Amino acid sequence: MENLVRYLAEHPFLRGMDAKHLDFIVGCASNVVFQSGDFLFKAGAPADQFYLLRYGTVALQVYAPGQGATVVDTLEEGEVVGWSWLVEPHRARFDAIARQTVRAICLDGECIRRKCESDHELGYQMLMRVVQVMDQRIHATRIQLLDLYGANL
Amino acid sequence: MALISEPPAVSLDAMVPRLVTLEHMRNETADTFTMELAPPDGIGDFPFLPGQFNMLGVLGVGEVPISISGNPLEPHALIHTTREVGAVTRALKRLRPGSVLTVRGPYGTPWPVEAAEGRDLVLIAGGIGLAPLRPVIYRVMSERQKYGRFLVLYGARTPEDILFAKELSRWRAQFDMELLVTVDRGTASWRGNVGVVTKLVPRAPFDPGDAFAMVCGPEVMMRFGAQELALRGVPMDRIFVSMERNMKCGIGLCGHCQVRGEFVCRTGPVYRYAEIAPLLEVREL
Repeated sequence: MENLVRYLAEHPFLRGMDAKHLDFIVGCASNVVFQSGDFLFKAGAPADQFYLLRYGTVALQVYAPGQGATVVDTLEEGEVVGWSWLVEPHRARFDAIARQTVRAICLDGECIRRKCESDHELGYQMLMRVVQVMDQRIHATRIQLLDLYGANL
Repeated sequence: MALISEPPAVSLDAMVPRLVTLEHMRNETADTFTMELAPPDGIGDFPFLPGQFNMLGVLGVGEVPISISGNPLEPHALIHTTREVGAVTRALKRLRPGSVLTVRGPYGTPWPVEAAEGRDLVLIAGGIGLAPLRPVIYRVMSERQKYGRFLVLYGARTPEDILFAKELSRWRAQFDMELLVTVDRGTASWRGNVGVVTKLVPRAPFDPGDAFAMVCGPEVMMRFGAQELALRGVPMDRIFVSMERNMKCGIGLCGHCQVRGEFVCRTGPVYRYAEIAPLLEVREL
């Protein structure tokens, strides 16, 4: 448990969070390992968990009949996989698949939501962090939409 | 505007094209190709500094500015990589070995490779923007001990659009260069990163307080790339970008490449980002 608190405190997503809040949410956390090809979650499945990556790469992909899987983003150590646990209807929108051995901290979304309800300061802290991640991903997606490298140079 | 280095003096001779022969033509991707040129008599070198460009001409069609993508330590071969985008580059693509074309140059300010010695060096390239940076890679790899960590962050549209793929693999295997490649759209067989090249900046292992950065690609990419570097803590005066404009004369006379008070062919194409940033936001040229 002590190690888990340290991993939580060191992860960029939670860096700077009060010790009392870390102690409060550590009960929702567990260490997990995925092997290459394992799914962290699949599109459409209940978004019961999200993951703080400690090692390895995870691909977010969309499966289309006839086209197979298209990878839309890759996430690495220090990043967060999944925010649907916070947003209704709490269903994953993409597949998340391990590209190699992945070590992560799994956070139980329902458990975290309950704790955020009972401690609004924690809720605010979590929301601010998730919004930051969303902002970075939206920014990256918008740049991606510009089709940057197709422009004349 | 303070120049990063004084451009070489130009004379009227700089306006006189030299005839060269196409020795080899290689397709790099579906729309990019590399030309190796040599003097018709095989005598003479083409010395240049990383980042400089030449005006390449097809007789009867016209001239275009194209950055030199070869090895500055091997000046006997003049190498250019470009994309087929207009009448002249289309004509260049149709040339066959033995064809004669014209070259003027080299022109422009170089990348500050000597000023970066002793520090970490980060190159960020997008698409064909890797071509003007390849001479920097050759130069740094030949004097690797003079630099700290050396990173190349490269973004392409798809895995099929990755430029110099074999060479990148070879460099990656040397272990004294960190190469991070990302594509906008992955394929089933692509095992690398997916996402824009700017996403690589926060995770790249270098010391921002002691780094030089050189960014080359479409201007929007350079703007976002430079912003990410600045966010990471790289001082603005150590971020350099290469402006690509419609250069014609190459010596600052005709004004085709003029952006406000700057003649990019003369005071560029390589600029400190801090100094050129306002011009990157000019909406109508």
